[in-house]
Amino acid sequence: MKRWIAFWNILIKDMRTYYLKPPNISWGLIFPLAWTGMFFIKSGSGLESILTMLPGVVALSILFGTTSMLAVAVTFEKKNRSFERLLRAPIPLELLMLAKTSGAIVFGVANAFVPVAMAAFFADLCPVAWSVFLPAVVMIAIACTFLGLFIAVAVSEVFEAQTFSNFFRFPMIFLCGLFFPIARLPAFLRPLPYALPLTYGVDALHGAIHGEHALSLVLDFCVLGAFCIGLFAVSLRNIKRRWIL
Amino acid sequence: MNDAIAVEGLRKSFADIEAVAGISFSIRQGELFGFLGPNGAGKTTTINMLTGLARPDDGNIRIGGIECSGNPKAAQHLIGVVPDESNLYPELTGFENLCFCAALYGLGKAERKTRALELLDTFGLTEAANRKLGGYSKGMKRKLTVAAGIIHKPEILFLDEPTTGIDVASARHIRHLIADLHRAGTTIFLTTHYIEEAERLCDRIAFIVSGRIVRIDTVEHLVQPVQEKHILQIACANDVGEMQGRLATSFPDLAFETPSHGLIRVESDDPIRVGPLVRFLEDQGVEVIEARRMRPSLEDVFVRVTGIAADAMRKDKEKPGGGA
Repeated sequence: MKRWIAFWNILIKDMRTYYLKPPNISWGLIFPLAWTGMFFIKSGSGLESILTMLPGVVALSILFGTTSMLAVAVTFEKKNRSFERLLRAPIPLELLMLAKTSGAIVFGVANAFVPVAMAAFFADLCPVAWSVFLPAVVMIAIACTFLGLFIAVAVSEVFEAQTFSNFFRFPMIFLCGLFFPIARLPAFLRPLPYALPLTYGVDALHGAIHGEHALSLVLDFCVLGAFCIGLFAVSLRNIKRRWIL
Repeated sequence: MNDAIAVEGLRKSFADIEAVAGISFSIRQGELFGFLGPNGAGKTTTINMLTGLARPDDGNIRIGGIECSGNPKAAQHLIGVVPDESNLYPELTGFENLCFCAALYGLGKAERKTRALELLDTFGLTEAANRKLGGYSKGMKRKLTVAAGIIHKPEILFLDEPTTGIDVASARHIRHLIADLHRAGTTIFLTTHYIEEAERLCDRIAFIVSGRIVRIDTVEHLVQPVQEKHILQIACANDVGEMQGRLATSFPDLAFETPSHGLIRVESDDPIRVGPLVRFLEDQGVEVIEARRMRPSLEDVFVRVTGIAADAMRKDKEKPGGGA
């Protein structure tokens, strides 16, 4: 019970202190919407293309929303030494890091529904398989958050975290099938998306929103789950190795 | 009585530098234990190992009877830590900071609130309770950091340089609170570079130099040998650097030192006669401003044992970024 009091208060403190701050809003909401608007205008297609673009926008919102958070909630606190206070508290490291990342996961899931709410004004969302869409959004949010954690733990400055994040984020926009299928990538690049978690999340979103997906949904969720476990485990190992000297 | 902290053969190196070189000590329950040493002596590394922020290379740690060498989390519920710099959250108010720190130790909502208000009152911060920490003065931040360290009423409290770099009134207030906590039975591990602070507050003191404990004893026992000494300090208007040799020749029974530009320190096992010394100096053209008999203190012991001038240690620590 005592550990959950700590867990809940870390989560609430981070949500109040760091989320919904201008940088997070700009990266998590404005950037994906602007990016999508650009694609929409460039494609010249009508409102009927909204459903094919929605998975990409949702994935982008989650990716940029979650990874931006951890740079502040973890790297900044490490830099100003307040993270030491958390490491000295009687909470297992696993639970502490889940508390630090849960806020970003919640924020990522909430972010995903902003483009969905906007799309609802222009397109019929009745065909969307929500039973697939919701778990896919949650799994993408968890995987992207843990990717953000992995990056945040690997660096020591907030600006380094943002720069390092972009090293992963921007290639993923083009490689993971967000706005055009992986099959349209040059042949030498085609294996690369399968090493990135977003590929599997976006595939599940395509399946949920307009029924077209390249991989089986079971495989998508299993690989996403494996990425979540792997990234979290590596981040914990790095914290123990780098921060508990 | 059980030991609150027992450390045996504790060792820690960073690359080629041995920060802590196999130290052993124990602290009894309710004891106020001082850890004195210059910058880089290994004080903070020792605290980090005892509180789970650093992994020892070797050695055993028992806190509150719990073996923590392999599992640093095991005794964290028993301890409170006040680090050498405030590591609270500048975006939160003083009240929110205290409530958050209490929550980390699992205190319920009502208890957190009561305890936070109580401590804000104790530390004279009630009026600033709803102001963000970012707007606090250095002294106020320090007081709040101490309050955050004791919000969960820890059995064992680690205080790392609690009065460094703050105003005299705040430092005095914190010293009174440390004494109160000690009287209430809290075991306190205090690192400080203010020797007089350690002398006034601590039951026992360890001197640590280059990662090694060079002396460990009660304040009374540490000071006893030097208290039989007679010390005279002569302040002069001129530079007295060259006088040491001439004084030693003329007064062979006395020991002389010139610790600074216009200062002569005279030490002897027998009472020192001031008149002949002052007359000699004036005959040499030195203008004597003052001659004062000094009470030997822990500082003298520290200098004798470690070979480090206490003033130098103090100045070193007060440089920005100082901290062992």
